[in-house]
Amino acid sequence: MESPTPSPPSFPTVYLAQRPVARWPDQLFFVVILIFAISIIALALAIVAILVYNSQQSFRVFGWGFLVSSTWNPNAQIFGALPFVVGTLLTSAIALLIALPLSLGSAIFLTTVAPRWLRGPLGTAVELLAAIPSVIYGFWGLWIVVPFMRSTVNPALQQSLGWTGAFSGPNTGFGVLTASIILAVMIVPTISAISRDTLAAVPATQKEAALSLGATTWETTRVAMIPYSRSGIVGGVILGLGRAIGETMAVLMVIGNSDKLPLSLIGNGSTISTLIANELLSNTGPLQISAILECGLVLMLISLAVNVGARLLVWRFAGGQGGKAE
Amino acid sequence: MAPVKLVVDHLTAYYGAKPAISDISLQFPDRKVTAIIGPSGCGKSTLIRCLNRLHETQSNAHVEGQVILDNEDIYALDPVRVRRRIGMVFQKPNPFVTMSIYDNVSAAMRFNGHHSRDETDKAVIRSLQQAALWDEVKDRVDSPATSLSGGQQQRLCIARALAANPEVLLMDEPCSALDPIATSKIEELVGQLKNDYTVIIVTHNMQQAARVADFTAFLYLGKLIEFGATEDLFERPQQTLTESYITGRFG
Amino acid sequence: MKFDRFARRKLLSHTITVLAGLTVVAVLYPLVDIVYVAFVHGGGVLFQATFLTARNPTPCSVVSCASVGIAPDIEGTAAMVGLAALISVPIGVLAAILASEYRTGGFGRAVSFTADVLSGVPSILMGAFVYGYLVIENPALVETAISGGLALSAIMIPIVTRTTEEALRTVPNSMREAAIALGISKWKMTLRIVLVSALPGVVTGVLLAIMRATGEAAPLIVTVGFSNLPFDSLSAYNRPAGSLPVLIYNFALSPYSNWLDLAWGAVLFLLIAILIVNVLSRYVIHRMTVKMSGGS
Repeated sequence: MESPTPSPPSFPTVYLAQRPVARWPDQLFFVVILIFAISIIALALAIVAILVYNSQQSFRVFGWGFLVSSTWNPNAQIFGALPFVVGTLLTSAIALLIALPLSLGSAIFLTTVAPRWLRGPLGTAVELLAAIPSVIYGFWGLWIVVPFMRSTVNPALQQSLGWTGAFSGPNTGFGVLTASIILAVMIVPTISAISRDTLAAVPATQKEAALSLGATTWETTRVAMIPYSRSGIVGGVILGLGRAIGETMAVLMVIGNSDKLPLSLIGNGSTISTLIANELLSNTGPLQISAILECGLVLMLISLAVNVGARLLVWRFAGGQGGKAE
Repeated sequence: MAPVKLVVDHLTAYYGAKPAISDISLQFPDRKVTAIIGPSGCGKSTLIRCLNRLHETQSNAHVEGQVILDNEDIYALDPVRVRRRIGMVFQKPNPFVTMSIYDNVSAAMRFNGHHSRDETDKAVIRSLQQAALWDEVKDRVDSPATSLSGGQQQRLCIARALAANPEVLLMDEPCSALDPIATSKIEELVGQLKNDYTVIIVTHNMQQAARVADFTAFLYLGKLIEFGATEDLFERPQQTLTESYITGRFG
Repeated sequence: MKFDRFARRKLLSHTITVLAGLTVVAVLYPLVDIVYVAFVHGGGVLFQATFLTARNPTPCSVVSCASVGIAPDIEGTAAMVGLAALISVPIGVLAAILASEYRTGGFGRAVSFTADVLSGVPSILMGAFVYGYLVIENPALVETAISGGLALSAIMIPIVTRTTEEALRTVPNSMREAAIALGISKWKMTLRIVLVSALPGVVTGVLLAIMRATGEAAPLIVTVGFSNLPFDSLSAYNRPAGSLPVLIYNFALSPYSNWLDLAWGAVLFLLIAILIVNVLSRYVIHRMTVKMSGGS
């Protein structure tokens, strides 16, 4: 094969290298991106700072007792955070209880048992659940789930578990339990996606080792996969919890919105998020605003603790960015 | 004695606290092909990456010593400028995947100044001819670079490096990801490139060094063991270590 | 029938498989139900000719009432999300560039981690934060579309930052090395080669952030409130404005049938838009990762 003779260079040999290289564009660019990067950290600090600043008045008036006082009375200008803190924690806990088996079950199904062609579409469908806005879940909750709870679920619960006293009171279909159920539906995609990622990341060698010992599918999952993925799954659960405590709209539309401690699971309640949504703009003065924002600060701190903890777990497992769940 | 283009003077390169190459002093003759050979881990890639100041872009890496191009220590110059004078072709072909063949070759020109379409065209054609790729792509210079085969992509990368008009061309095991036919095309190319450029080629394949290089340097465990005209080094090695490597007693 | 140990184990495994399959059904049922119900109740309204372009109607509950349209709310949403995007895209992209492309000791990792944590902050708190800030600094801006836009940008910034960073990381290092070896300066390489290669992923991330902001009601309830007025000029930023999600919330319990219909129509509209964008962006990401690995 003949290679063509290269034509001689048509301009002087060293030309690009002779052009001056300015340093300032690189330096300027770095300064610009540095400023913007700092603003991210500044935003996080500002959120906490503003909430703290606005809580001062309420803290001065009510002190630490604010956190355990269950009186919320705008007319008397007496405020206490307990009903909302309890509401937040209660709904989230029940939601987690419901969501956990569902998420794990679907994660296990999608990574071990489901035929390969089904895994993609089903996985996508689960993740689409995460994209539906909270207000639409609330709307659906209001018009579909609440009537269903009122007509079917609540009476059944009252009949079978009424002796516990947890299901006493009028059956409106609204209430803490309904809100928890909708929350569960909303956090399943989060927990499921992360669990799926961690289970899928189990090296084939681990599974092969179990299979070669004659283990059934379930035994392989139980023995080889779940222990390996434990910290990732726990991280996913905590992230799901983080999402649950902050959810506003869906809870707002079905929980019944009462300013008192919930007395029964089918009774009305409130969470810190619904309190803020309900009363921040329609308030009775600066003290109430301050009390509301102090509750907001509590929510922020809980949320930060939960999120930082979860991400440290998931980060350590994934070796970098968190999973694609959100 | 042939004129010298690039001089390496007591060069030591570190990853963290560990030196990957120690106290290497070497002279690369102008417009000749010099091969750097040695077993895996001997530091050949590290050495060549110090010659265009690519080594220091990794975290924890630093360098002591000098590398003198003509009369200037490249470590005292602006690294961007150095890299325009000393070009590099990598082990695995790495064309810019979102660009066409034309845009790949003209990348250095387009990013480093303003040139007329005419100047750019001429430079692209010239570089593709020098890389022995022009005949194969002349009808499709606007198609994506990823549409080429592995061997063609590597020649594209060579054309891209040449279009920047460097004085020295560094090649870090350019054929190790290629099949034998593509390899021989590139070896033929190297033989012609030395008319215009000083070529330094790292290779783990001794026969390749014997085929294409005028001079050869043998590295072992980060140190320079021997350097000389290729024929002399292969037929009359002066160090026992060199002889052992060449006769295949270790790899 | 005698169950030996092996048969028992197999039975257990099969039972668990069935149970797991049932959980998938339970998990996906709400998705199916929501879409179905939205179509049933909202379909009639949505496909009326004037739905997207007409004003909110006056409330009425007679069967023959016109449902009219949701135009002011679409305008309001677009105006506030647009403002939020204008703020959050430059901040997010540039911060991600620093975290991904520059060696800054632990700072880049801190930025990345902060963005991650911020994305988990409840959106209602972003609204409360903006409210709390304006109440101190600029009370005139409370209950204006600007404050709504600001709250939405606080929600979008972490999303854009994280997705941009992920997109940048998919660009193989060999491309950066090739560019460095050609003597191209760093800022040009970063913007014109690396960012351009990552562009589909970056755009997708921005789209996802926009879709998220479009669906948020909570932060808007506490900042901008709601309004039936059309959003017709830049000065409308200084007033309360309508938005799709808040419309849905406000009209959800409405005793007026035409308002309720409007809400269903809006639910369906929002649902369709979000689902389409999500599926599309998955496809774009898939194509992009294939392209990056050199194939096509």
